[in-house]
Amino acid sequence: MSASLDIRLKRANKVYHEGEVLAGVVAIVSKEAVQHQGITLTMEGIVNLQLSSKSVGVFEAFYNSVKPIQLITSNIEVVKQGKVPGGKTEIPFEFPLHTKGNKVLYETYHGVFVNIQYTLRCDMKRSLLAKDLSKTCEFMVHCLPQKAKLQPTPVDFTITPETLQNVRERSLLPKFLIRGHLDATNCVITKPLTGELVVESSDVAIKSIELQLVRVETCGCAEGYARDATEIQNIQIAEGDVCHSLPIPIYMVFPRLFTCPTLETINFKVGEFTCNKYKSNSATVCGLPMADRCDSLFLCRV
Amino acid sequence: RHMTGEKWHSRARRYESELQSCGLEVAPVEFSDYHPLKSITVTDSKSRRGARKGSTSSSSSSSSSVAPDPLSSMLDGTDPLSMFAAASASESPPTLSQSRKRREKEDEVGVDFEPWSSKRGEILARFTTTEKLSINLFMGSEKGKAPSLASSAVSEKVRTRLEELDDLEEGSQRELLNLSQQDYVNRIEELNQSLKEAWASDQKVKALKIVIQCSKLLSDTAVIQFYPSKFVLITDILDTFGRLVYERIWSMCSDPRPLPDSFTADEVNDTAKETCLNWFFKIASIRELIPRLYVEVALLKCNRFLTKCGIQETVPRLTAMIRGIGDPLVAVYARAYLCRVRLASRTYFLSTLSHWLPSFTEISTAPLAFFPLLGWSALLLNSVMWAFRAEFIATRATDFIGMIKDCDEAGFPQHLLFGSLGRSLACADPPEAERLPILNEAWKVITKVRSPQDYINCAEIWVEFTCRHFTKREVNTVLSDIIKHMTPDRAFEDAYPQLQSVIRKILTYFHDFSVLFSMERFLPFMDMFQKDSVRVGVCLSIMDVFIKHQQEPTRDPVILNALLHVCKTMHDSVNALTLEDEKRSLALLINGFIRMVSFGRDFEQQLSFCVEARATFCNLEPVLVQLIHTVNQLAMETRRVMRGSHSRKTAAFVRACAAYSFITIPSLTSIFSRLNLYLLSGQVALANQCLSQADAFLKAAVSVLPEVPRSISIEGKLRSSEGFLLDFINNFLSALLVVPDHPEAGVLFLVRGLLNMVQDYTWEDNSDAKVHVYISALPLLAAMSQESYLYSIPKVDSNETLYGGDPKFLAEINKLCETLIGQVLDHLKTLGRDESIHRQGSLAFSLFGCLLAHGDLRNNKLNQLAVNLWNLSHKQGYCNTRTSVRTLEFIKHQAQQPDMVHLSDVLHRLTLQSRT
Repeated sequence: MSASLDIRLKRANKVYHEGEVLAGVVAIVSKEAVQHQGITLTMEGIVNLQLSSKSVGVFEAFYNSVKPIQLITSNIEVVKQGKVPGGKTEIPFEFPLHTKGNKVLYETYHGVFVNIQYTLRCDMKRSLLAKDLSKTCEFMVHCLPQKAKLQPTPVDFTITPETLQNVRERSLLPKFLIRGHLDATNCVITKPLTGELVVESSDVAIKSIELQLVRVETCGCAEGYARDATEIQNIQIAEGDVCHSLPIPIYMVFPRLFTCPTLETINFKVGEFTCNKYKSNSATVCGLPMADRCDSLFLCRV
Repeated sequence: RHMTGEKWHSRARRYESELQSCGLEVAPVEFSDYHPLKSITVTDSKSRRGARKGSTSSSSSSSSSVAPDPLSSMLDGTDPLSMFAAASASESPPTLSQSRKRREKEDEVGVDFEPWSSKRGEILARFTTTEKLSINLFMGSEKGKAPSLASSAVSEKVRTRLEELDDLEEGSQRELLNLSQQDYVNRIEELNQSLKEAWASDQKVKALKIVIQCSKLLSDTAVIQFYPSKFVLITDILDTFGRLVYERIWSMCSDPRPLPDSFTADEVNDTAKETCLNWFFKIASIRELIPRLYVEVALLKCNRFLTKCGIQETVPRLTAMIRGIGDPLVAVYARAYLCRVRLASRTYFLSTLSHWLPSFTEISTAPLAFFPLLGWSALLLNSVMWAFRAEFIATRATDFIGMIKDCDEAGFPQHLLFGSLGRSLACADPPEAERLPILNEAWKVITKVRSPQDYINCAEIWVEFTCRHFTKREVNTVLSDIIKHMTPDRAFEDAYPQLQSVIRKILTYFHDFSVLFSMERFLPFMDMFQKDSVRVGVCLSIMDVFIKHQQEPTRDPVILNALLHVCKTMHDSVNALTLEDEKRSLALLINGFIRMVSFGRDFEQQLSFCVEARATFCNLEPVLVQLIHTVNQLAMETRRVMRGSHSRKTAAFVRACAAYSFITIPSLTSIFSRLNLYLLSGQVALANQCLSQADAFLKAAVSVLPEVPRSISIEGKLRSSEGFLLDFINNFLSALLVVPDHPEAGVLFLVRGLLNMVQDYTWEDNSDAKVHVYISALPLLAAMSQESYLYSIPKVDSNETLYGGDPKFLAEINKLCETLIGQVLDHLKTLGRDESIHRQGSLAFSLFGCLLAHGDLRNNKLNQLAVNLWNLSHKQGYCNTRTSVRTLEFIKHQAQQPDMVHLSDVLHRLTLQSRT
């Protein structure tokens, strides 16, 4: 008869801040009594860095993984060797989220080259005949709110064939003019990115206008720095040939886990989230989508 | 047993004292008292408009002579199926205004808007296509899920989920081309099913993917006339999804007790909130605009779990988001969905409008005030007139006309706008003073419409307004305008549904047929219905209204000529292929008309009308039957007017009536109709002192008897005719009491004739029917031998006077009775065998009853016969003990009468055997 092991955190959203107490229960469900050689809980926070092949070459990327940085770790024995009675047993636990020394609990972030992850693992050691039971559960850490008051910094922009980058034959492009503004470039991560965009004129019919959220991750190691930009999210804000001179809202919710407040440390840097306005014209003129216009965003938590 | 050669003596009766001794006390019934036999008058069970007043009232007032038959009214000319077909064929049936009103009542949210449920069906029925459609679907669910053993790092669950996502994303997407509309609908229904299955099996991600796929379909406007229906189908799925998510989150909060309906976000627990938030994060990352928008709208209601005013805050953002949709059609439908989900307050509706029309700057709360700011989009105006409450439109009809006139013709034709306005005015009234100007303005535009189809579509709507508020003069003008437009090039051939609707609307408002037919253009209008089936349909509806609403009988030549023409059209449509039901309903309508014709005291004219009607309606048997009844009634009416004594002239007239019936009856095919009418007409002739005519009728009836087949078809089933025949004969026998013998024919000529026919008739094998007739002839003969008869006809001498109790006559009767009893006894003997012993008992008992009631039991032989019969009937123990006990009690009671003492002797000899 197999027993099941589960970790249940007190908070439904599993979000904690530095200095708080991570509390919950270890739940063991079994029909019969379970003999074990101790149940332990391990809490760990790790930053994983990975070099991109683009920056350092395939082999280096493969071998030269940077050593993970441990932010916090803690291990406790919840139950000593013995027997857990049949039925449902719940064992409460608490971990204070305190760091040692001058380490800081960075915000949980799942990136491509940078990963900041906090996990809680429960292990039940059993005799040789029975398999050990293990259960892992991720919990989120949000960094403490920023103290300084954030001033919204609106930014206006204009897109024309002339402002486009990476275009070879500028003369082949159709004429168009798009204006707009972002309400702020320093954004609160829990609030959406907002703004407006107006198609003032366009020679050809517009197919689509998209908003791309890009992250820039920088990893530093002995060999130097690697800086990479990857797309997090791309959402369409206009489909088809929209009405000219009618403001179209720009609205994007920052996805959880994949974004975090702009962060800069000695070893790595997550930030400079940028936002592209992305426009593609009818394919006859120009087969490729035309990307343009990056605005650096500074994200923070308040 | 020796029962033959019995002596019959009829018991002498004193009918009056018997009546007094056995009559029950009369209790007066108050007007308002309930009484089961009191007639229930259904004044008007079917009228469509304003039928609320007394639909079923039970009153003892005389019911109108054409109280509609509740059974026939079910079959209102045509069968229900074809009526549905007709209703859907005609663009706007007359019930439009009512159904719309009803819908408005049902709507709880905003009385100013039609509820979606009613709109939904309308859209699906209206927007169809025969063009081929294509659909982009993922085939994820069909793919077999063989788990690969390769990677062990990822857990099984994660891997299948990833595969699933891949399936749904792009890999297995397939475009299905050349789908018919039905295929397309089926596909969408499949999606709906797989959504529900996915949800039920806890595959939430898959469910979301399905919904996203579905919403994507809405960006395709390739087959534009199907788009509204597509919108309906897909938003159904979205609604389902929205409901599932909402219910799931709601159920997470059911511990410890379910949330109240009016919960606030504070009462929602963290887990539910987190789940809800998760959904919104997922939706926010949907790449494409249209699915993101639709799915978020579908989940709009879930905002309640998060914040108090979440919905109010989200709606403006979603509204703004729609601006990103380039295709105006797609955008408008997205807006419609948002409005629908929001079940908007009016203010929200207006703000949506304001987004739609970018030039708009300020919203005023008074709806009319902002209209002029809009720079008059005709399309918008049209929608406003469709969607807003009819009363709202009606009170501002003049303003609307002004606005319609200001509209630019180019985009949206004015006649359509007037059509929409007319639709509103058909169910709500504008101020009285404005009505005529409104009509004039509208008609000015309508009459200029060139295309007959456009013209009639619009005109048809306005007919209702005209009928509602104006007199026949205006309606006549409208009719002549329609005739003028629809006659060239036989344009009416393509507009029958609309033209029929015009007639229906007129009939709804004009119930006075003298007014109706005095409209000069009404009959010429009717002439436009040249297709037979349509013409008959129109005639049916006219007659239907006539029968329902004509209160007084009429002799108005205009009405009579017109309706005779209408009825003739109906009659002439009958052919060999016409169904029985149809014939019956046609006949019912024509009969209703015939009953409504009365020339008052001008009886001759009435008769000649019947002659004409007979010639006109010769193919419908029920009509002929009705005509015979009418003529018989006419004869009786004449008798009433003359107070029973005819002058030479009226005597000739009633004979003419009899002649009419006599020559009409043979043309009927139904044998029992013939028999009953012969009998009835004979009675009428007798009542009018036409003795030879009465003889002729009754003789004819007797001579027809052998023709009665042993089984007749009743409502398509073959039934034995025996019961009907027995009924008729009994009825006939009771009539014979008052028929005097013909001086040249023998005594009891008709009775003998009847009994001979009965004897010769080929009865069913193994049937006692003949003997039953014999037994029931005995009471007649007994009644004939009385000194004064139970009933008689004034001014007609019956046999009682003719023979004056002549002993020879009585002897003749007794002899006849003895023969009959002999026959019955012979028959009883043949029933001695086991299988018929039961029948023997009951026959014996009925003969016993007959002897007891009508025979003179002082006669020993008769007395003995009665006792024997009693014993015979009780011998086998098959008789009903209760009946026997009652009979004995009756005899005991009778024995107390002064001259019935002998019965107590009989009583002593009758023993009651209990059943063994």
